[in-house]
Amino acid sequence: MSATIFIPTPLRPFTGDQESLELEGSTVGEVLRNLAEQYGDLKKHLFDEEGKLRNFVNIYVNDEDIRYLDREETAIQDKDTISIVPSIAGGAL
Amino acid sequence: MIRLKSADIEEIKQIAQKTYPHECCGVMVGSIENGVKTVTELIPAENQRTDSPANRYLITPDLLNELEKKLKGTDRAIVGFFHSHPDVPAQPSTYDQDHAWPWYSYVIVSVNRGQAGEIHNWKLRDDRSAFDAEKMELL
Repeated sequence: MSATIFIPTPLRPFTGDQESLELEGSTVGEVLRNLAEQYGDLKKHLFDEEGKLRNFVNIYVNDEDIRYLDREETAIQDKDTISIVPSIAGGAL
Repeated sequence: MIRLKSADIEEIKQIAQKTYPHECCGVMVGSIENGVKTVTELIPAENQRTDSPANRYLITPDLLNELEKKLKGTDRAIVGFFHSHPDVPAQPSTYDQDHAWPWYSYVIVSVNRGQAGEIHNWKLRDDRSAFDAEKMELL
């Protein structure tokens, strides 16, 4: 299976300014790991030291948040679109 | 580098004072030319961290997703965000760093006893190791 993955503006410097990429994978997790393998400098912005998706990284498959699907195990069908959407968080202390 | 109008700085300070003792937050939309971001619009956002609004802020992905869709095909993009630090200097905290994205500009304004004070702009290093001050030019 392959999916089109849309890269948000802050991560495009790590993908040669490409807005979208076609990547192989049977689940969302596989596609994201393929992305991180091909564009190594992007990896630490998506995954923490334990290899888990950072909690301010939101993944949508065809506009559906994967938290309401099967998370990283969400199956990918051909021509699915995956979007990486930031949450913006922080604070004083 | 990011370029803002003096009126934008004033608006951020006004919002921060109004929101005190809670943190304010918002989106900066603008154009990008030769790596220089020029802010054309400030979009104040509701702080979604209702459990701890005095020292945390959150802008949800739904808001950003909608905004990205509106901006698609235009010559403008989300270029960064602003938030306030009530009674704390305008420097990124460890929490700010842990949750930041690269490339975006992060404007922080300090509010001391209800009065907005110093305001600085920061950018996360590509390796996430630290924030650096990013030049802020007033138009």
